[in-house]
Amino acid sequence: MRKQFILTAAAAALLANGAWAARGDDGHVNILYWQAASILNPYLSGGTKDIESSSLIIEPLGRYDENGNLVAWLAEEIPTVANGGVAEDLTSITWTLKQGIKWSDGTDFTADDVVFTAEYCMDPNGGCQQETKFADVDTIEALDPHTVKITFTVPKPFPYGPFTGGESPIIQKAQFLDCMGPNAPTCTEANFGPHGTGPFRVTEFRANDVISMEANPNYRDPNKPAFASLTFKGGGDAASAARAVLETGEFDYAWNLQIDPSILSSMAEAGKGTVVSAFGTGVERMMVNLTNPAADLGEARSTVEGGPHPFLTDANVRRALSLAIDRVTLSEVGYGDAGKPTCNVLPAPAIYASTANDECLVQNVDLANQLLDEAGWMPGSDGVREKDGVRLSILYQTSTNAVRQDTQALVKQWWGDIGVETELRNIDAAVFFGGDQSSPDTFQKFYADIEMYTNLFNGTDPEAYMNNWTCDEIPSPANNWLGNNMPRYCNPAYDDLSVQLSKTAAIEDRAVIAKQMNDMLMQEGAMIPLVHRGRVSAHINTLGGIKLNTWDSELWNAADWHRVK
Amino acid sequence: MSDTGLVNPESPWGEVWVKFKSHKGALIGGTIFISIILLVLLGPMFWDVDPQRLNIREKNQGISFAHPMGTDQLGRDTFAQVLAGGRVSLAVGFTAMLLSLVLGALIGVLAGYFKWLDGLLMRSTDLFLALPLLPLLLVITMLYRDTLRAAFGPETGIFLLIVFVIGITSWMQTARIVRGDVLAIKEREFVQAAKSVGTGSSRIITRHVLPNILSPIMVSATLGIANAIITESALSFLGLGFPSDFPTWGRLLNDATAFITLSPERVIWPGLAISLTVLSVNYLGDGLRDALDPRQRGR
Repeated sequence: MRKQFILTAAAAALLANGAWAARGDDGHVNILYWQAASILNPYLSGGTKDIESSSLIIEPLGRYDENGNLVAWLAEEIPTVANGGVAEDLTSITWTLKQGIKWSDGTDFTADDVVFTAEYCMDPNGGCQQETKFADVDTIEALDPHTVKITFTVPKPFPYGPFTGGESPIIQKAQFLDCMGPNAPTCTEANFGPHGTGPFRVTEFRANDVISMEANPNYRDPNKPAFASLTFKGGGDAASAARAVLETGEFDYAWNLQIDPSILSSMAEAGKGTVVSAFGTGVERMMVNLTNPAADLGEARSTVEGGPHPFLTDANVRRALSLAIDRVTLSEVGYGDAGKPTCNVLPAPAIYASTANDECLVQNVDLANQLLDEAGWMPGSDGVREKDGVRLSILYQTSTNAVRQDTQALVKQWWGDIGVETELRNIDAAVFFGGDQSSPDTFQKFYADIEMYTNLFNGTDPEAYMNNWTCDEIPSPANNWLGNNMPRYCNPAYDDLSVQLSKTAAIEDRAVIAKQMNDMLMQEGAMIPLVHRGRVSAHINTLGGIKLNTWDSELWNAADWHRVK
Repeated sequence: MSDTGLVNPESPWGEVWVKFKSHKGALIGGTIFISIILLVLLGPMFWDVDPQRLNIREKNQGISFAHPMGTDQLGRDTFAQVLAGGRVSLAVGFTAMLLSLVLGALIGVLAGYFKWLDGLLMRSTDLFLALPLLPLLLVITMLYRDTLRAAFGPETGIFLLIVFVIGITSWMQTARIVRGDVLAIKEREFVQAAKSVGTGSSRIITRHVLPNILSPIMVSATLGIANAIITESALSFLGLGFPSDFPTWGRLLNDATAFITLSPERVIWPGLAISLTVLSVNYLGDGLRDALDPRQRGR
């Protein structure tokens, strides 16, 4: 009986998945982004909302699926060395385009459009926001109407910069021909209503407010999309967006809901919608200052010249601080389902995730106390440990955000349990991340002992991200405090690995090196990772086909979305 | 006037008390205000829960015997936090109010009384009014935070800084009102009479002008306390005030707003404390003004 029920349910699910559905059968769908789209051309905007809204209309050759794998989109397959698409010497890549794809205006999609897209972005006068995607590109040529060859000036172990992911879609040559270089921003009609190969096309665009779309009549799959029309509404804030889907059901999908998990789950209890989360590469971590931030050092504060930190350079102290933290509680309290404890700064994709540091997953106050005892840090009269007149007193800073202040309060209590005194400081996010050279409160200047924030990388290749902690990346007055090496960590062995990574092509070998780099950072305590953070969105229960993607646009598979009946 | 008991109705302060007593609102306000102060000061003696102690297993609890006002999202006891927060908020409110009052009254009286100072002082008042408050606060905290922190420790240092910052950015209204009143009173017959018999300026100000402008000063004072409490909460919200785990009424209120649908009582407690304090201080000020105003006395 029970088995029969399951079978029936499975059959029903198959039906609902659109096996028999035709294009436009499911009516209308409403999407809510609490930041409104201002343009539909990602080459002229770095904003997530613009990239994601335009991904409904224009598409790349290859993109990342929800598991972070590259999948062919407008191409027949992803070129690799194995299938001959990437040259043995890694200096060129050849894409073969799918046959029979049409633009939404009915004309054919060809290799000329791909070549034009590259020319459009690489025009030095165009102000293209995605120029880094085309780094080291020498030439791009159309070998025939369905083959494009990209040649690089240097060997590229990861040649998938151009034309993969939501940041680098193909635009139509005929439409953008007069929009090259300085004319790019003035082409309002094209920028607000690009012709595309994607499942939808624009009917009305109101900048910074709402976009109306309808199903693309020339979309390659005649049965998709299931929705005849779509509204992409922008504005408001995360909490009201969550409410509009989960409590009132006015919208079908809401994006990026960074609010307290208990508030989010109480909204979800209304039963109208579902909160979905997926994990990318974001890690909430503490940066440990290995240089001395004492105020009396003046200009040399928190620089290598200012000397080492009075106690954080002791590896035992760093390990004890990490061990005293209960990461399970931290992720439950601050992130709910959208967070899980981690001991790595590189937790994803799975092949890069190391298991060598998992000691820290379980809080161990006794071991932490023992480590400090053995290292000679003894409790003073007020319970704070000290050695040779140096007290374990930490200034712990982060940006102003309710979840972060809760984390700070919890950590302060746990560190109190091992005899470490903590002073908390929170700084307005606009100042903290603002990078203003004259402000002492930026995360680059790091005038504190510990600081906490989240960092991540897009796509799946960690090379650029792992290069953040090489000696050259240390922020200092000499380089105007630019650089990502907040802990001021400098280890020649690490720099060697970084060079090695840039010369290695095979993904398995790259994974081994990246893991080594991660383990080196973790075991030397340059950073204390806390929570692996996910992306959180919500959809109404009658909306099916959602596969939350953290590697690419969240709307990447909107063609498969449908109404659950 | 036979019920005044111990107080001698002939003395000026006795007369003030008699007048004050007849103002029902002031009496009730005063009582509530004094009880809030006593509760906040003596409360921790009988409710000895550490306001900063976290207990994640008891988070977001409702009202119970163990937690008379419930707990917050990290399991801290709200009652203990309201008591501890009250001490800080009231201390900040009073000290900042006193500072701005002294500054405002001094500048107002000087500008109103001495014509040659008027232009200079009032233009500098305008200057202060024109200064954008938040950027100014940002700069001041940025410049002096580390110095004060080193000299007095994180909490006292920030307390002094906040009191100073609120005090020197909120005296302008008082100064303007006081100046206006002084200008009017200066021309009255009794001041002219005092001048004509050769009374010195300082004596005229203390004997004749100040008592007559006590009422606007009192009103400024009561509004000033409320203003200081609210400014402090805004500063804490921006991360410029006390450390985030240091409870004040403003911070408790700010933290609770996110949870308003989940546990509405968390907003009510600090909100009630702020409103009661401000309201009772206002009534108290109202009564004091009536009682202190020599023109209304005996009516």
